[in-house]
Amino acid sequence: MQHDDVIWDLIGNKSFCSYKVKTKTQQFCRNEYNITGLCNRSSCPLANSQYATVREEKGLCYLYMKVIERAAFPARMWEKVKLDRNYAKALEQIDENLIYWPRFIRHKCKQRLTKITQYLIRIRKLTLKRQRKLVPLSRKVERREKRREEKALIAAQLENAIEKELLDRLKQGTYGDIYNFPIHAFDKAMEKQEEETESEEEEEEDEEESGTREFVAEEEFEESDLSDFEDMNNLKGSSDEEEDAEEQSSEEEETEEELEEEKTKAKSKGKTPLKGPVRKKRAYVEIEYEQETEPAQKSKAT
Amino acid sequence: VKLVKSDEAPVQEMEQAEGEETEKKSESGPCFPPTFSVSEIKNKQRRHSMFLKLKEEKRKQKLELKKKKKKERKALGDKAPPKEVPKTIENQRIYDETTVNPEDEEVAFDEGTDEFSAYFNRLTNPKVLITTSDRPRGRTVRFCEQLATVIPHAHVYYRRGLALKRVIPQCVSRGFTYLMVINEDRKVPNGLVLCHLPDGPTAHFKVSNVRLRKEMKRRGKDPTEHVPEVILNNFTTRLGHSIGRMFAALFPHDPQFVGRQVATFHNQRDFIFFRFHRYIFKNEKKVGIQELGPRFTLKLRSLQKGTFDSKFGEYEWVHKRHEMDSSRRKFHL
Repeated sequence: MQHDDVIWDLIGNKSFCSYKVKTKTQQFCRNEYNITGLCNRSSCPLANSQYATVREEKGLCYLYMKVIERAAFPARMWEKVKLDRNYAKALEQIDENLIYWPRFIRHKCKQRLTKITQYLIRIRKLTLKRQRKLVPLSRKVERREKRREEKALIAAQLENAIEKELLDRLKQGTYGDIYNFPIHAFDKAMEKQEEETESEEEEEEDEEESGTREFVAEEEFEESDLSDFEDMNNLKGSSDEEEDAEEQSSEEEETEEELEEEKTKAKSKGKTPLKGPVRKKRAYVEIEYEQETEPAQKSKAT
Repeated sequence: VKLVKSDEAPVQEMEQAEGEETEKKSESGPCFPPTFSVSEIKNKQRRHSMFLKLKEEKRKQKLELKKKKKKERKALGDKAPPKEVPKTIENQRIYDETTVNPEDEEVAFDEGTDEFSAYFNRLTNPKVLITTSDRPRGRTVRFCEQLATVIPHAHVYYRRGLALKRVIPQCVSRGFTYLMVINEDRKVPNGLVLCHLPDGPTAHFKVSNVRLRKEMKRRGKDPTEHVPEVILNNFTTRLGHSIGRMFAALFPHDPQFVGRQVATFHNQRDFIFFRFHRYIFKNEKKVGIQELGPRFTLKLRSLQKGTFDSKFGEYEWVHKRHEMDSSRRKFHL
C-alpha cells in the first residue's frame, strides 16, 4: 500500500514529520536519504516511492535508488551503486542508472554529486596545508596560572631589582668613565687616608676654621620657611660631595651652623609663641580689607 | 539568649584548665564533649556567633603573644635573639638538583661548547626574524613592530601561510640567527616560539599580559637605535641557564651605554618578566628608571633540541602539568 499522496498529506504539508526542521522561512528535512535537504513534495524520500540520492562515504560516492517494487522489503529497499572516482564517468554512471527516471531526480543527483566532489577536493587540499591545532584550555588551570603570575610579579619587585643591578654594574665599573661620580672608590681612599693621618687633619682643620668665613644670623632672626631650610641643606650637601678634601671640616661647619640655628630657634620660641609655620620677617605692607555686608532683606509682607 | 544544651560548647572552654572548667560550668551551664567543633552546631546564627567568638579569642591570644615577645625583646636589648626571617616561597623553594654552582666546571665546559658558544665567542652577530601565526590581528602586528624596535637587527615579516619548516632553511641561508614566531589566539598574542637558527634549540613560551607602548603609564619617548644592555635575573638551574643564554644571544654583544637602555628578563617562580627601561644615574647611590617599550610575561612550555619540529623533535624539557604543577614550592627555571 504505497499511496504517496496520502503519505504526503499525513506528514508533509503543515503536518508533523519527525525529520522536519522548521525555520522562519523554510522547512528542512533531516532524512539522510533526502537529495536536496528541503522538505518538499518532490524531495521527500518517504512520500516518493521512486527516489534516488547520491551519498558520500569515506571519500567515495554512492548512488542510492529506491523503487516501488521493493517497498515491502525495507531491508532491501535502497540499492547502492558505487560511483566512479572520476567525476565525468560518475556522471555518466548516474545517467545510465537513472535512465527513464524523472528529470528532477536525475538533475538533483548530478548536482549533489558535483557538490560532494567539490568539497572532497577542498578537504584534500586543506589537509596538505598546515592545520591549526586547537589545544583545549582548562579554565581552572588558566585561573591558577594567572593568579600565580600576579603573585610572582609582586614578589619580583622588578623596579628594585633592576635598580639594584644597575647600581651594582656602576660600582663594578662596567660603565667605565662615562659617569663622573667615581665617588665610591674615592670615598674609600679618603677614609683610609683619614684613618692613617688623624692628627695631621686635626691641625688642618684648625687652620681652616680660622680662615673660613661663616655667616651668622642675628639674635632675633627668625627662620625662613621649612622649604628654604631644606634647600639650603641640600645645597650644602651637594657642595660637600664635590669638595672631598674638606669633607670633615665642612661637616664640622655644618654642625656649628646647625647649633646656631637651633639656638636662634630656641630664642624665637622663647620670645614669641610660634603661630603656624614659622615665617621669615620681611618688609611687608599691611593691607586692610573691608567687607561689605548685605543689607538685611526686607521681608515682603503679603 | 543562649539555651543551655549539653552538646553545645564554646571550644575555648575546653582549652582552659580543668579546674576552671567546673567553675565555668556553674556559670554558663553545661559540660562539653572534647571532640566538639563549631561546625557541628546546626543553627546557622548560633554557629556563626560561636565562630566569631572563637576567632576573637584567637586574635586576642595572638596579640598577647606578640606583645609578650616584644617586651622580652626590649628587655633583652642587645642580647635578644635575631628576628626570625619570615617564610616566603623563595625561601621554601624545594632545592633543585640541577641548580648551577658558579664554579662548576662541567657546566662551564658545556656552555663553552653548546649552540650558543658561537655567539659568546663573538663569532656571529644576532639577526632576528620576527613573524606571527596566520592572519595576525592588529594587536599582534603592533606587538611585533614594537619588539622589532626593542631588539636590534630585528626584521618583521608577514607570514603568508608558510610552513615553518620551509621558512627555516631560507632564514639560515639569509644569515638569520633567530626566528621568533608570535602565536595569536582571539586577537591577542599568546605564544612565542623562539628558535635559534643554525640548528639551535627551540623554546616555546606562553605569553601573557602583553602591554603595548601606548598602554604604558608615564612612559618615555620611543626607544632609540642604541643597543640596549641586558639584565638576566634569577636563572639558576641548568634549564634556566640555557634559557638565559638564549635570551642573551638575541642582543648584540656590546651595549651602547650612551643609549642608557636596558632590557630585563627577570625570572620569578618560573615566570619570566620582560621589561624595557631607560635609566639615568642621579648620583652614585640612586638611579631612576623609566619604562619604555612593551612588557610581557613568558612561561616556558617546552624546550626542544633542534630547530622547530613538533612531530619528530627531541624535547629536552616539556612542561607536564600533572607532574610539575603539583607542588607550590617547586620551580624549574
